[in-house]
Amino acid sequence: MTKSAKAENALELRDLSVAYRVAGRNRAVLRNLSLNIGQGEAYGLVGESGCGKSTVALTVVRYLPRNGSITGGAISLDGQDVMKLDAEALRRARAESVSMVYQDPGKALNPSIRVGRQLTEIFELGGITGKAVEDRAVAMLNRVRISDPTSVMQRYPHQLSGGMQQRVAIAMALANDPSMLILDEPTTGLDATVEAEVLDLIAQLRQELSASILFISHNLAVVSNMCDRVGVLYAGMLVEEGPTEVVFNDPRHPYTVALLRCLPRGGQRKDQGRLDTIPGFLPGIGVDIKGCAFADRCALADDRCRSELPPLYDLGGRLSRCFYHEKAQALPRATPSDVAPAPKAAAVPVLRVAGLNKTYSSHGHALRAVKDVSLDLRPGETLGLVGESGSGKTTFARLLLGLVPPDDGGTIVLEGKALAPRLENRSDDQIKAMQIVFQNPDSALNRSHSIRHLIGRALKRLAGLSGKALEARLNDLVRSVRLTDRHLAVKPRQLSGGLKQRVAIARAFAGDPRIVVCDEPTSALDVSVQAAILNLLADLQSKEDVSYIFISHDLAVVRYLSDKIAVLYLGRIMELGPSEDVFSGPHHPYTEALLSAVPKLDQTETARIRLDGEIPSATNPPSGCVFHTRCPRKIGAICEQQEPPLSEAQPGHSIRCHIPYEELARLQKEVVTEPA
Amino acid sequence: MSAVQTTSPTPDDTRKRGPLAEVLLSLLRSGTFLTGFAIVMFWVACALFGEHFAPYDPLADDIINALAPPSAEHWFGTDQIGRDVFSRVIVGSRDILTVAPLATLLATVAGTALGLLTGYFRGLVDDVVSRILEAFMAIPVVIVALLAIVALGTSKTTVIVVIGLSFAPIIARTVRSAVLAERELDYVAAAQLRHESAAHTMFVEILPNVIPPILVETTVRLGYAIFAVATLSFMGFGIQPPSPDWGLSISNNYGMIGGGFWWTVLFDALAIASLVIGVNLAADGVHGALND
Ligand SMILES: Nc1ncnc2c1ncn2[C@@H]1O[C@H](COP(=O)(O)OP(=O)(O)OP(=O)(O)O)[C@@H](O)[C@H]1O
Ligand code: SF4
Ligand code: SF4
Ligand SMILES: [Mg+2]
Repeated sequence: MTKSAKAENALELRDLSVAYRVAGRNRAVLRNLSLNIGQGEAYGLVGESGCGKSTVALTVVRYLPRNGSITGGAISLDGQDVMKLDAEALRRARAESVSMVYQDPGKALNPSIRVGRQLTEIFELGGITGKAVEDRAVAMLNRVRISDPTSVMQRYPHQLSGGMQQRVAIAMALANDPSMLILDEPTTGLDATVEAEVLDLIAQLRQELSASILFISHNLAVVSNMCDRVGVLYAGMLVEEGPTEVVFNDPRHPYTVALLRCLPRGGQRKDQGRLDTIPGFLPGIGVDIKGCAFADRCALADDRCRSELPPLYDLGGRLSRCFYHEKAQALPRATPSDVAPAPKAAAVPVLRVAGLNKTYSSHGHALRAVKDVSLDLRPGETLGLVGESGSGKTTFARLLLGLVPPDDGGTIVLEGKALAPRLENRSDDQIKAMQIVFQNPDSALNRSHSIRHLIGRALKRLAGLSGKALEARLNDLVRSVRLTDRHLAVKPRQLSGGLKQRVAIARAFAGDPRIVVCDEPTSALDVSVQAAILNLLADLQSKEDVSYIFISHDLAVVRYLSDKIAVLYLGRIMELGPSEDVFSGPHHPYTEALLSAVPKLDQTETARIRLDGEIPSATNPPSGCVFHTRCPRKIGAICEQQEPPLSEAQPGHSIRCHIPYEELARLQKEVVTEPA
Repeated sequence: MSAVQTTSPTPDDTRKRGPLAEVLLSLLRSGTFLTGFAIVMFWVACALFGEHFAPYDPLADDIINALAPPSAEHWFGTDQIGRDVFSRVIVGSRDILTVAPLATLLATVAGTALGLLTGYFRGLVDDVVSRILEAFMAIPVVIVALLAIVALGTSKTTVIVVIGLSFAPIIARTVRSAVLAERELDYVAAAQLRHESAAHTMFVEILPNVIPPILVETTVRLGYAIFAVATLSFMGFGIQPPSPDWGLSISNNYGMIGGGFWWTVLFDALAIASLVIGVNLAADGVHGALND
């Protein structure tokens, strides 16, 4: 390929159709998809899971799985027709001009080979030999901002954190200086600060490399920060395309409008209205689509929509596949926004935790996973737990539930009675009062049992019901999480992710709990499903007066549901207070950094605070203030020598920092951090 | 539009066949499994109905025709006292096909129980039981057999107990590692949060999910059990005369090979080999069907 005579577009897809063969029949996944990515352009592709995003990525390099085939259209990479390449030319194109990074860095890295070897291999394949190979590998790791490349090269992938693994995967993708970089959900598995770091890296590399980028994500905010143009994919068709700010601020397709409404935005809270949802499901692959693919879910649909395929209207620099694109934003809500008035928080806390500690031993070293945590929770209130991965959120939740015993000394008091540290020693009433919705329903729901059994067993054990009474309550419960009788007979694997999570919620509510712990309950779900689950949790709370302990990486989601926030770092509470105060500030320097790391939809680029480096090891926490190694506002030696107390700055709002509250307020006014 | 309400789950997102149906289907598509299964079924049929189609009474002697070579009358020849080898091979599958599966069943039940206990309780229970099992596995089967015979006398029951107990630790090891992985899943924590008993958690929650590895291990062990039964019978510790058992027949006749009377041994040996191969093929098929 002659790089001197560059084609106008780095990638062109023309009427591309792709099908997967399932049970002997070809089923269409991509339908006449056309799009162009200019030289040096970053193009974002968004849409619900299953709409065909990854298929696009795989098709470009003809890496489709064995049952997939291109049934029509053309692909041209830098002016070269990919369909006409022979095996050798295709191999060269893959090795030299296109690189891919997947969601799961584990996919790109071989677990049994040291990182260094995996990198040098790529250069050796490229014909470089000897000492030069090492140097190139080190340079590459430096480029992706890995601080100690020689030591990292000696390690195996599992000895690196998720963020570092993803950076190594990116380094490998960049090793042969590709002209086209395809990133398929590169940050989905990472948490907010690591995600921000990886996105920064990609943004900087864009300037250095001038590669064109196809960026695939279901996270609209991430795409809005990263890409010049965005395409919205639905059922394998492009339904809207245009410059990113234009599409996200002034969408012209009802699907885009609906997707954007599913997200809690601008600091929206549960008592200000429910989130909108998208009713129904994406059409399955291979179904015949007569009219508009979105018609069954679109509140604007009429007979014309159902019988005639809308063309891609050119609206001047942007496209929309909707007959009624000019009134797309008038799409009626699918879920009424009205909310039941929030229950008054009664004065007596349902849960009081005091001085809770948990020390694990890791290779003979003490690891303080949770240190000296004290807090209260009132009936009907939600406590949001935030912090980076490894900050002790899950451990804290497990201590409360009795799944792991805390160190001696701390107390957990539930409705006025002290809880035994171990689950076995708690009374039946105590265990049914505190239940959990786990992050991953595939792990939480026994795959051998039917949904009826799963919920029925919980009712039997937790509510002590049997026979007719159990049946009646089962039906109520199933209805209250909006499942139907049809779902009862099946096994979990036959349900979609959102439905499985509803089963898990029904099970947690079986014994009329006082407290439900939700550990990342929506992080595996699409935004439309997430919105429905968050609404469900909010509705159940206002109906049952239950309290939540809500753990999530997604700060906008935490903010939507929480009344109170605890920010954890290395097992310690750094900040605790009413949700509004914690989010709007003044806040702890760590909270400030977390909030500024969140990609925002409304591209108001505020000064970003970057947290450098990894979270320190909990076996050997920094002296003084544990955050001092990364704190952008560190004031001096005192931070390294004395651990600041968690002191009440305002009634109910405590901050663990040496900087006085008024001073924090002054400092943080200078950089107006946009709310998540 | 009234059709648009809150997200209403529709039935079309419940999909696919059940896992059991899928496994059965892929078994039926596996040539390996079908071949092995056909061989095993052939011998099972012989064990059940052999005497109806065996040309002679396998126990009836006919001294005049002793040691006759294979002929139209006696396809596989006759043995030292003139019994028809063909009939004996056919009916000889009966004892081994009773003893080996029962021994395997005993090994599976005992091994599964031990594996569940050690994997579920971990800690002290696991350490103690695992050490005992390891020690037990270090003793050769033959020595176990000798000791058992001293204690219990020679009988089919002894063979079943000896082989069953020798294989149990191996199955226990497989089950234990599967249970250790299951135990980390959140459904076990969810069961604890309902105050389920340990027995319920082990047998109702975990056991159904570790059936696939148990099934694979069991079919593999069945092949070894057949071989072990034949070996014990050959050494005289196993199935006792006058049964036409294959191992026993080989044991009684192998002295004849030197005299050129190969037919008294060869067909029994081939029968054992074919059954072991059949079971192993079927085991491979099961393994394949459960692991893709
Ligand atoms: N069983 C264990 N043995 C040793 N260390 C553990 C154990 N469980 C957790 N840890 C450590 O305790 C610390 C806190 O872990 P925890 O899982 O609670 O964090 P988290 O904030 O929930 O992380 P994530 O968001 O990734 O789930 C981490 O350093 C972790 O490695
Ligand atoms: S064409 Fe009709 S059904 Fe399709 S999105 Fe537009 S209004 Fe809705
Ligand atoms: S005490 Fe010092 S290091 Fe810690 S958060 Fe405050 S300013 Fe930063
Ligand atoms: Mg966690």
